Amino acid sequence: MNKETTEIRNPRTQLLDRLWEYQSAKSYISDEDVKALSTELDISQVEIEGVISFYHFFHRKPAGKFTIYLNNSILSQHKGFDRIREAFERETGALTGGIEPSGQFGLFETACIGLSDQEPAALINFYPFTNLNTLKVKSIISALKQGADPADICDPVPDNIRHTPSPDKTLIFRPYQPGNAVKFLRDHSPEEVISEIGKTKLPGMGGAFFPVARKWEICRNQPGDVKYIACNADEGEPGTFKDRVIMNALPGLMLEGMIISGYAVGAEEGIIYLRAEYKWMLTKLEKCIEQFRKMNLLGKNVGGVRGFNFDIRIQVGAGAYVCGEETAMLNSMEGKRGEPRAKRSYPVERGFLQKPTVVNNVESFCAAARVIELGAEHILRTGTKEFPGTKLISVSGDCYKPGIYEIEWGTTVKEVLGLCEAQDPFFIQVSGPSGICLSMKEVERKIQKDDVACCGSFMVFNKSRDILSILQNYSDFFKSESCGVCTPCRAGNFIIQRKLHRIELGLANKADFEEIREWGNIMGIASRCGLGKMATRTLLMAIEKFPEYFDGKIDQKREGLNLSFDMEAATAEYIKFSSS
Amino acid sequence: MDRKDHKKKHTSHSVTAKREQVKERVTIRIDGKEIRTEAGKNLVQAARENGIFIPSLCYFEHIDPPLGTCRVCTCNVNGASGPACMEKVSDGMEVEVHTPELKNVRKAIVEMMFSEGNHFCPSCEKSGDCSLQHMGYEMGVYKSRFPHLFKDRLIDFNPKRFVIEHNRCVKCRRCVEEVLTNDGNRVFSFSNRGNETLVAIDYEQEAKLSEEQALEAMRICPTGAILVRGQAFARPFGTRKFDMKSVQKKDPFSNGKKKKKQNGRAKKTIATISLAGCFGCHMSMLDIDLELLDLVEFIEFNKSPINDIKEFTKHCDVGLIEGGCCNSENVEVLREFRKKCDLLVSVGECAIWGGLPAMRNTIPIGECLEEAYLNGITTETGEYTIPNSEDLPKILDQVYPCNEIVKIDYFIPGCPPDAHHIWKAVANLLWDEQYSVLYSEFKYD
Repeated sequence: MNKETTEIRNPRTQLLDRLWEYQSAKSYISDEDVKALSTELDISQVEIEGVISFYHFFHRKPAGKFTIYLNNSILSQHKGFDRIREAFERETGALTGGIEPSGQFGLFETACIGLSDQEPAALINFYPFTNLNTLKVKSIISALKQGADPADICDPVPDNIRHTPSPDKTLIFRPYQPGNAVKFLRDHSPEEVISEIGKTKLPGMGGAFFPVARKWEICRNQPGDVKYIACNADEGEPGTFKDRVIMNALPGLMLEGMIISGYAVGAEEGIIYLRAEYKWMLTKLEKCIEQFRKMNLLGKNVGGVRGFNFDIRIQVGAGAYVCGEETAMLNSMEGKRGEPRAKRSYPVERGFLQKPTVVNNVESFCAAARVIELGAEHILRTGTKEFPGTKLISVSGDCYKPGIYEIEWGTTVKEVLGLCEAQDPFFIQVSGPSGICLSMKEVERKIQKDDVACCGSFMVFNKSRDILSILQNYSDFFKSESCGVCTPCRAGNFIIQRKLHRIELGLANKADFEEIREWGNIMGIASRCGLGKMATRTLLMAIEKFPEYFDGKIDQKREGLNLSFDMEAATAEYIKFSSS
Repeated sequence: MDRKDHKKKHTSHSVTAKREQVKERVTIRIDGKEIRTEAGKNLVQAARENGIFIPSLCYFEHIDPPLGTCRVCTCNVNGASGPACMEKVSDGMEVEVHTPELKNVRKAIVEMMFSEGNHFCPSCEKSGDCSLQHMGYEMGVYKSRFPHLFKDRLIDFNPKRFVIEHNRCVKCRRCVEEVLTNDGNRVFSFSNRGNETLVAIDYEQEAKLSEEQALEAMRICPTGAILVRGQAFARPFGTRKFDMKSVQKKDPFSNGKKKKKQNGRAKKTIATISLAGCFGCHMSMLDIDLELLDLVEFIEFNKSPINDIKEFTKHCDVGLIEGGCCNSENVEVLREFRKKCDLLVSVGECAIWGGLPAMRNTIPIGECLEEAYLNGITTETGEYTIPNSEDLPKILDQVYPCNEIVKIDYFIPGCPPDAHHIWKAVANLLWDEQYSVLYSEFKYD
């Protein structure tokens, strides 16, 4: 990180970085560390505890010299999560959620780590280990026991870019030359930059599809000299890994997008909020930033534009899905708990440190950079008339070719299924658990903003996968990833999880499904942010779209006055205890 | 909100007061009613000042920006649903508050809070002065539609001055934002995430609070989660904040209909039972004073502890159930009641959601049995038996509310429910007599 910028930063905003120093050094944050930070930053210990306990990669107890995080997403479950977890437990001696007695290994579960095309996957000291099987686990652990460094034995992560349109229509994954886009700034005003992007109607790629040019324009028009550019590299939606591939293959393109944005709105500092799951890319990104500085693409008079100063730093997150929500991310960047802010203003008005801030995700910045590099005319020749351009889709699940697909807007779901060679697809999850599910009746639908608005994740499940267990996995995920601030999301997801358990046990009747529908709607209306609002969307859709499946889950005998009650299960514990 | 802003805010009251004087007047419409108020005023506040009740828990007029955590004030503003507390009044604003859908959503959120926490009103120091309970009264929450979660939570006795009852916290965030030491440091903070979220207290900072500041912390807590040691006694019934009168113009329980002409009363049969209860609800049933005369004339008891008939001898019109199900016999008896009665009514908190016996639900049954029969202070050493015989009912893993075992038609809350409330409800069920419960008759404790 740049020394100069660090010094002028408000010390409170460095809390996450400081906590990472302690966490990395000795695998946990001790009481003394908390006390020291409390004195140094002049904030209560309980506030620091609050921040630590919000992020699941921070520990207050030793987490092992080698800390293993095994992904428990539904894709991992389908590819043998249970066997892999057992293998890790057997080989390391640690039980999931703790460390083994000598303190060498710690084993923990975590949500999607962005390696869905290479599941089952785990992070060991934040280095990736992919395509795991029991033998591989055995050899990894024995190598570590013999003193190997995870950094040396981790797996190379292939990009798996499976499909791009014809060369003239490929926008993101075309050959890249650093500085080609920034060149444009030399003889164009910020207004011209914004209007060029506006011509292509470029939508934000994070899921809300808010026009990028409009966002930049609003930010530009805000009063005040200090503005920020924030790049959301916290793609936590299970099944998404497109930003991983971009940052691995074209980190410079992302930086250029940020630089252009900085020029357009009048900002001097850009911050990349990198999810901790991608820490293994940190060195690479920092090198890229350093190289950009050397090429004068960052620093003073960037790209030869007199008076335009811009620099970029990276803020590493610490494990919280909700931080992908833009206001939660801003809070996290300020060193606070990553709770979404109460919506009274937009980040473009009051963002990082209450200053106007452009928040776009990795793909949006890249797309913006390509618009500037290739010109709006070029972009308008791709996609459809209403939705020009391309979209990156992370395909995973039951298909022969999981990986990244750059497709033009307007491509049908069927075409994507064909490209990825899906095996007997039955249930398709678009945009992750908070997105929508599709049945095979809907494969002619188009991937575009007004139809199947895919923000990146595309999971294919075949007929052998149990829909209920998929939904239960989502429900577990939302329950533990809710920030816990508002009632409908915090309690609602817990209640829905219990309800699904009832269905699993065969105790549910029609009324239970009615209740799920009603309760899901209430959560949608009353939750504070998108997480709670969207948490039950797939569940409600699945009940609608797969009626035959759910009919089989209803207790048909007990529609009357006596409800299903499992007396045997309810008394089992007493019998066990009293007769022993 | 930044802590530094906080420090500033306390000193800038007079400045804001001056500024407020010159605010322009605007007109907004709430449920079609025109209201003149100041531009920029908080919607909840503006509505209150004009006699329109928007339920709220976390809203606190001098916290700005508002917290927006509890969502109990969810309304429609200019067509979009959201919490009223986050809205500043602007000219021409169209607000919907009392639509059936919104009422249902708000009620659901309060019910969710009751399901999520472990709210045992009869044993709570703050009962009667509790805003959560009050919201339940105002919205007419008879029972929670959601199953109670019975999550095991701690009671924190570590602070010198406070007892923090995590079972009762609704995470409104008031204390986090409002309770600061004189140095401006926070005393409370959110901790953990998801359904594990709790509001933790800083033992070091807590000691720096003055007695007044500590009492203020207890006062702003909308439930009984923050208690000051030695100061937490409940006040007697009738003198507590929410005992006697609704804050709404229209009493939440009046059904607004004219009293129907009595059709005359035919003789009806009632059965009653106390399952996992204390017979307190049965005592309350006998507490109906003069109505006892009606009772003798028009009602015949079948299976009931009142006349000691052990078995059903005929089909009954109404079955009154006291207590939840804590053992296998309770479940069987309840199922028989369902078969033999046209209507079943859960009477009292235990039948409705488990009540006090459900305090054990957060603890594994093994631990409960050990404590009761093996390690308790009154257990003689050497008496190492947990009762176990074929003739004894088997204890269930949890105390279950009746409506999780059989379909329950009506619910009468209270511990015990008010005698008149029980009688009015029963008379309505038997003879279709219109009634309205008084606000003061509707209680959870």
